[in-house]
Amino acid sequence: MMSVEPWIILSFAALIFVIGLVGLVVRRNILIILMCIELMLNAVNLTFVVLSKSQSNLEGQMAVFFIITVAAAESAVGLGLVIAMFRTLKSVSTEDIQLLKE
Amino acid sequence: MTFYIFAVIAVVFALTLIFKKNPVSSAFSLIVVFLSFAGIYAVLGAHLIAAMQIIVYTGAIMVLFIFVIMLLSADVPDLDYSRTSKTTKITALIGGLTLWGILTWMFKGAELTKTGTHTEEWITQSGGNTQVLSELLFSEYILPFELTSILLLAAIIGAVAIAKRKRGKKT
Repeated sequence: MMSVEPWIILSFAALIFVIGLVGLVVRRNILIILMCIELMLNAVNLTFVVLSKSQSNLEGQMAVFFIITVAAAESAVGLGLVIAMFRTLKSVSTEDIQLLKE
Repeated sequence: MTFYIFAVIAVVFALTLIFKKNPVSSAFSLIVVFLSFAGIYAVLGAHLIAAMQIIVYTGAIMVLFIFVIMLLSADVPDLDYSRTSKTTKITALIGGLTLWGILTWMFKGAELTKTGTHTEEWITQSGGNTQVLSELLFSEYILPFELTSILLLAAIIGAVAIAKRKRGKKT
């Protein structure tokens, strides 16, 4: 079943995490920034599942269960914030969030 | 072998997610990434997590994302990442590659010992991954499970309160 070495899968999860992190820093569209956060959460979930498998301890998969729930709540509130931001600024670019500067 | 197919698909579409200018194509790339993650979970034997990944992430969260993109009509292609300064891009690339190198080095050197009691044979004897996880969820983890409902309620109320248009307070 587990023909692939655990560290290869863990390294793949780290790569996805890093791609999400780079996207978070580079992009300016707040919707894509939220998507990158979801990507990073997924990478962490995969790390949990692989370690749960390789240590034969199901508590890692329980942690993933709760992380998915929290991620759903987070994206609902985050998108609500995006809608409120769009209504105020008429933009989804993070460069325009500078109300405190004026 | 199956893992490598899913891994290559996930990496390619994660890069597409970052570099596509149109938010809608980014959202669809993210759906593909989530589906290949579900495939990897299934390969690893985490069947409940794989099903939840498809239902919650691709079914609920991504529909919400695409709905918001359409609602804000923010689906116009924008050159937003080209407005980021070159220094930021290079620093992000170097920092990201360094972080990946350190993490891979750490994972490769780590000694993973089987310390837990939930071995594959035990899971098969007890009725499979889903049954074992459910029994764990409703016995040992019942308090976090109940607290999750409070979290979801708070998220619902918070999202409505934030996104609601304030009446009578026209600017």
